[in-house]
Amino acid sequence: MSNNSSLWSDAVGRLLKNKAAMVGAIILILLIGCAILAPVIAPYSYSFQNLDLGASPPSSEHLLGTDILGRDLLSRILYGARISLLVGFVATGVALVIGVSWGIVAGYFGGRVDQIMMRIVDVLYGLPFIIFIILLMVIFGRNLWLLFGAIGAVEWLTMARIVRGQVMSLKNQEFVLAAQAMGISNLSMFRRHLLPNILGPIAVYATLTIPQVMLLESFLSFLGLGIQPPMSSWGTLIKDGVESMEEYSWLLIYPGITFTITLFALNFFGDGLRDALDPKTSDN
Amino acid sequence: MITIILKRILLAIPVLIAVATLTFFLIKQAPGGPFDAEKAVSPQVLKNLNAAYNLDASEWEQYTDYMTGIAQGDFGPSFRYPGRSVTEMILTGLPVTFELAIYAILIALIIGVFSGVLAALKRNTILDFIPMAIAMIGICVPTFLMGPLLVLIFGINLELLPVSGWNQIPGDKLLPSLTLGFAYAAYIARLSRGGMLEVLNQDFIRTARAKGLSETAIVTKHAMQGGLLPVVSFLGPAIAGLLAGSFVVETIFQIPGLGRFYVEAAFNRDYTMILGTTIFFSAMIVFFNLMSDIAALWLNPRSRDES
Repeated sequence: MSNNSSLWSDAVGRLLKNKAAMVGAIILILLIGCAILAPVIAPYSYSFQNLDLGASPPSSEHLLGTDILGRDLLSRILYGARISLLVGFVATGVALVIGVSWGIVAGYFGGRVDQIMMRIVDVLYGLPFIIFIILLMVIFGRNLWLLFGAIGAVEWLTMARIVRGQVMSLKNQEFVLAAQAMGISNLSMFRRHLLPNILGPIAVYATLTIPQVMLLESFLSFLGLGIQPPMSSWGTLIKDGVESMEEYSWLLIYPGITFTITLFALNFFGDGLRDALDPKTSDN
Repeated sequence: MITIILKRILLAIPVLIAVATLTFFLIKQAPGGPFDAEKAVSPQVLKNLNAAYNLDASEWEQYTDYMTGIAQGDFGPSFRYPGRSVTEMILTGLPVTFELAIYAILIALIIGVFSGVLAALKRNTILDFIPMAIAMIGICVPTFLMGPLLVLIFGINLELLPVSGWNQIPGDKLLPSLTLGFAYAAYIARLSRGGMLEVLNQDFIRTARAKGLSETAIVTKHAMQGGLLPVVSFLGPAIAGLLAGSFVVETIFQIPGLGRFYVEAAFNRDYTMILGTTIFFSAMIVFFNLMSDIAALWLNPRSRDES
């Protein structure tokens, strides 16, 4: 255990020294704080309309301007952060649960079980999932929880591969053999011996999955198949911005900047985490 | 190697059948029939419509009919546009999407490989940092943001390029192709940089240097073959991504391609069109993945010798 904790403290040390990753982390903490506190700090409600005002450029009253219905853009971006980040974390969580369980089982049992399970992953890899998500949204309606599940169900494949590889390399080590000899059940083997030893790669990949999930959600929202009004995610804000960008360019630019900065922050933090936990790969 | 390829092809067929079956029965779960929108259709007319589209047969019968149709290249009639068949619509949209995808992938390959190889050769210099920073932007700015921004800058503010249409005004193909290709250029730049860095440290490169080969010959003849392997394996999944990207790009630039048809069909609940395009897209993606696997196998001497 002492060896393990020093690995983690080493990693934290390396992470703290990585400037890009720290900037990313600070931006993320700020964003998450803003998202949680949106009802407190947002100057207006996300659905409050001021039709007389209409679309107005940024001013002291509306820092980022208002949209065509006179809704305050800053407030809508803040509330949008809640949806976008929520989708990012929940869908990644779904992907994590499926991918980790699949990978542990395949890697630990090996043999025929492994062959069949990984062949399924290979086949699923080759399919156009984005089309299936669109299909599901069309058939079952545009439901937020369905969206979480559908995106999560798509993103678990790489996680399963990573976890399987890690478990395969662990399962012949002495501590696993010792645990087996003690007659430990499979479930506690997974939970108490394997999982703690592969937390690093899981954390790294999860961080890098969040931006992809957020991209997918905003992609769907952009096509009009994701979050429905009056709720807004950053994807729907960008969609609205595109529709009126010729006259009211701020409606596209501010949500676009927010979204891009968030993706940057997540990617930098994820890369930093990877370098910190696995210094070997830092060259790529 | 031939056995591996044959195995892959044989595996692709049941996968496609499974996709077609799954999609077919999923679509059958969709609430509401295709003729719900037509108001006040008399029962007799509805009955005739259902008979005309074979909707009164049992589900199993409809399924077998549909599958035999697909095997002969017939995806059935469109529910939304009477008189037009899904096959016909796919065939009109396909060349447009195909052309767009080819331009995009060419742009991505040329920019991506060039800047990636250059970055690897001039590691840790300005020629490494700047392309890689731009690549990071390319990865973080989604297509649906990049497209409108390019339109805003080059189309509306600078009035340099047309902002919509396809093959109508000279230059109208440039912005959509760039939009679609840029993100992939970024990925390819990163992949080729990583791949080249790995190869350039290997012994056979040192041998080539020791033989006194010119740097150009070392890079183009020896290093790039191995160094670009990750790019080749990425091309298959990239095609899948390009198709999804075409949904957005064709919507933004109002291009009459398959992607836009698909999004429209999804909105109009044109179920036969959704079904047909889904199966068609899947077939294309499975095909391109197969191609990229074969190319990667062929380029990698280790797997070539194995069988």
